[in-house]
Amino acid sequence: MYPANFDYQKASSVAEALAVMAANPDVKVIAGGHSLLPAMKLRLAQPPALLDVWGIEELKGIRREGDWFVVGAMTTHADVLRSELPLFPEVAYEVGDPMVRNRGTIGGSLAHADPSADYPAAALALGAEFVIRGPEGERTVPAGEMFLGMFESAVQPGELLTHVRIPATVQASAYEKFKHPASHYAIVGVAVIRDANGQIRAAYTGAGEKAERLHRLEERLNSGQPVGTGLVESATLLGDRFASPEYRAHLVDVLAERAAARV
Amino acid sequence: MNVTVTVNGKAYTRDVEPRTLLVQFLREDLGLTGTHVGCDTSQCGACTVHLNGDAVKSCTVLAVQADGMSVTTIEGMGTPADLHPLQAGFWEKHGLQCGFCTPGMIMSAAELLKHNPDPSEEEIRHHLEGNYCRCTGYHNIVLAVRQAAGALRAAALAEQAADD
Repeated sequence: MYPANFDYQKASSVAEALAVMAANPDVKVIAGGHSLLPAMKLRLAQPPALLDVWGIEELKGIRREGDWFVVGAMTTHADVLRSELPLFPEVAYEVGDPMVRNRGTIGGSLAHADPSADYPAAALALGAEFVIRGPEGERTVPAGEMFLGMFESAVQPGELLTHVRIPATVQASAYEKFKHPASHYAIVGVAVIRDANGQIRAAYTGAGEKAERLHRLEERLNSGQPVGTGLVESATLLGDRFASPEYRAHLVDVLAERAAARV
Repeated sequence: MNVTVTVNGKAYTRDVEPRTLLVQFLREDLGLTGTHVGCDTSQCGACTVHLNGDAVKSCTVLAVQADGMSVTTIEGMGTPADLHPLQAGFWEKHGLQCGFCTPGMIMSAAELLKHNPDPSEEEIRHHLEGNYCRCTGYHNIVLAVRQAAGALRAAALAEQAADD
């Protein structure tokens, strides 16, 4: 399968990438390409121009800044898997397969905001922050304001997600996933963490149009109650040929129970 | 666009459309048809090659993205007269039936053995989760990788002994 044709160029710095985007508003950023290229081959996406940011060195690697890890957007899932980040290595292990993890990037995945992606649940549960650079300068977006809808993140046209800030210290964390057997995407995934102060935070992905915090689970566990059932209303969830909204709501309960038992 | 990719140690420069997939570049521009296209949707792993040393699905990489990089394909692993230990393992353990998935299986397994010279059966099965075999041959594939791992360890030991 060929994608429709397009113009292509590589950026070697964030400044260069922003300049290209400012000059050509139709340009689409490509990182590892493991979400975008499959969509382009199916002609679900037909960008007229691609801007390849894979080779931008300042976007690679993980460094520690006080109580935070700062993760470059072009850090691959394979590098996340081998890192000391909280929770994210366990989540990365659930992304695709080894070849996908060698190409896919944490920034590409999070900016793409696939409703079935794994990382958004971890980002919400951990309280990650997103560093986004654009023509007006740099801004930092909290996880709760990052995922706006299906395939819609806070990264606006002309902007580039450059880094993900992840709290360095948590007492415990767990990610439980029911994955589609062929695509390995999450039909439902639930992340639960116990933060440095002992408070539980949780989020789910795959079940709705976007990843969401699991407030009901947090309230129950933080007040000493059991996980129980009915954590999300099925009316707010998605149904497709793989799983009905009711089944997804049930999976949230089951996976939350399993994850909560580990933190 | 002109791209230069070093494939199995030899640099090739070709003029390609940006939409040319790496697997098409290998098969159609370079005539290296050992790398197969199975699903074309990043799932089956038949098109697995090494890009700068990492196993990737070449149906989901653009040739222009690989510009300046090095690629290893199944043709770079061994020759009929001198099989790579993984190729020998697949032969001896009957790790294939139709053989369509085999190049991808071998390239994926080669990455595993690079990082883990003595993988367990479970580790092999998990690592090969992105490679599909439709002849239901997984059992012998695992045996083939185990055998190759043993052969590579023995070769490393022999090399070490020769150095000492």
